[in-house]
Amino acid sequence: MPSTRVVVTGLGTTSPLGGDVASTWQAMLAGTSGIDYLEDDWAATLPVKIGGRVAVEPSEVLDRVKARRWDRSTQFAVVAADQAWADSGLEGSGLEPERLGVALASGIGGVTTLLANYDILLEKGPRRVSPLAVPMLMPNAPAANVSLKYGARAAVHAPTSACASGNEAIAMAIDLIRLGRADVVIAGGTEAAIHPLPMAAFANMMALSKTGTDDDRDPSTVSRPWDVARDGFVLGEGGAVLILESEEHARARGAKVYAEVLGAGISNDAHDIAQPDPEGRGGTRAIAMALREGDVDPATVVHVNAHATSTPKGDIAEGLMLHAVLGEHVDRCLVTSTKSMTGHLLGGAGALEAVATVMALHDRVSPPTINLDDKDPAVDLDIPTSKRDLPEGDIVALNNSFGFGGANVAVAFGSV
Amino acid sequence: MATTEEIRADLADIVNEVAGVDADDVQLDKSFVDDLDVDSLSMVEVVVAAEEKFGVTIPDDEVKNLKTVGDAVAFIERSQG
Repeated sequence: MPSTRVVVTGLGTTSPLGGDVASTWQAMLAGTSGIDYLEDDWAATLPVKIGGRVAVEPSEVLDRVKARRWDRSTQFAVVAADQAWADSGLEGSGLEPERLGVALASGIGGVTTLLANYDILLEKGPRRVSPLAVPMLMPNAPAANVSLKYGARAAVHAPTSACASGNEAIAMAIDLIRLGRADVVIAGGTEAAIHPLPMAAFANMMALSKTGTDDDRDPSTVSRPWDVARDGFVLGEGGAVLILESEEHARARGAKVYAEVLGAGISNDAHDIAQPDPEGRGGTRAIAMALREGDVDPATVVHVNAHATSTPKGDIAEGLMLHAVLGEHVDRCLVTSTKSMTGHLLGGAGALEAVATVMALHDRVSPPTINLDDKDPAVDLDIPTSKRDLPEGDIVALNNSFGFGGANVAVAFGSV
Repeated sequence: MATTEEIRADLADIVNEVAGVDADDVQLDKSFVDDLDVDSLSMVEVVVAAEEKFGVTIPDDEVKNLKTVGDAVAFIERSQG
């Protein structure tokens, strides 16, 4: 087991369920959906007209002049980082900038900035393209702007592995602390890709559900992981940040600790650019690696925040992975997909679900999976459809993320 | 033909929008960099917005000469001629 212990000392998010952790978590426990019809005019022309917009627009909480220099994905990251930083109590703690790092991912980068400037280029010519476009649209812009705001000089990383990006950033943050390169890392993920081009592209590759568009289905019922009627994910947006800190540093300053980060596992499928390995072999290796790194007894794993995006193949493969790693212990493990409520935040998903996993351990309760009316018989997991208590004692929870390209990332958290 | 004051007021609105500077502070004797804290990228944004607003062309080589609000207003007046 690695010698340096890592703990979570701050949380922040802005999500389709709420503008902060408290409101998001309460909505999750209540089984609330953040999915609705998109109000944008362009939505009428698309095959998919629903999504999970953030509950609180970042313009309501950010300084206007600063915000106009940030892509929407960076705005979400800054909102979440501000909350997590305040929550951690690190402000004024004397932390050296050279010991503070950032690992903050997005899956797609500043796609709305890129496309808005392309529209300007076509309509008004090259002279009108914003001089800020590049520093706004680059995929490391969220990480870079958070590092600027908090003067983080140890490192600034923006790992990109599509829908595994947020979780990979957390795994990278653990490494930074365990390798001694930082004492504290601002870690997380963000995404703002609700725009007609990425939505059309996801729809055309049959990844997005087209249900709830030309029929009377309530949009809130379309994201339905593990249900027989699932037919693709629903796109969400938002950001989430965790403050990860060496246990020694947190203890020395008397910090509040939500959970311990026990270990991370990363693997690759090398199977297909978009489809998961149907047997989930890469994911199985990642989950096993996370448990091994954290010296975790599979019998103590009582909760999983699954990647399960509501796609036909992926949801089944993840069940196989959990059976392969946990064996008989999977029977007493409560598995949930909070994407049933938030939609899929792509590069933000792993981070938002890490926040949910940490809160589940902290409050000892699993949030539900909603819309699971008729469970796919190919899925043999205990999936609560309303919130359910987790046991007392030393317990472990897993957060899984898998991305286009083949990346698999699992992170194991332990109760404190 | 816009007056000097009208050009200054419109330019002040642009500087306010881009850099968040109070429009009342954008007076002819003020330096963009030293007094109004407009950085180089913001200055490019101001120039591009001013070109669109006033229907003029401000060459890149000219931008470095526009040190004060008055310099910019005078250039716009000359260009609109």
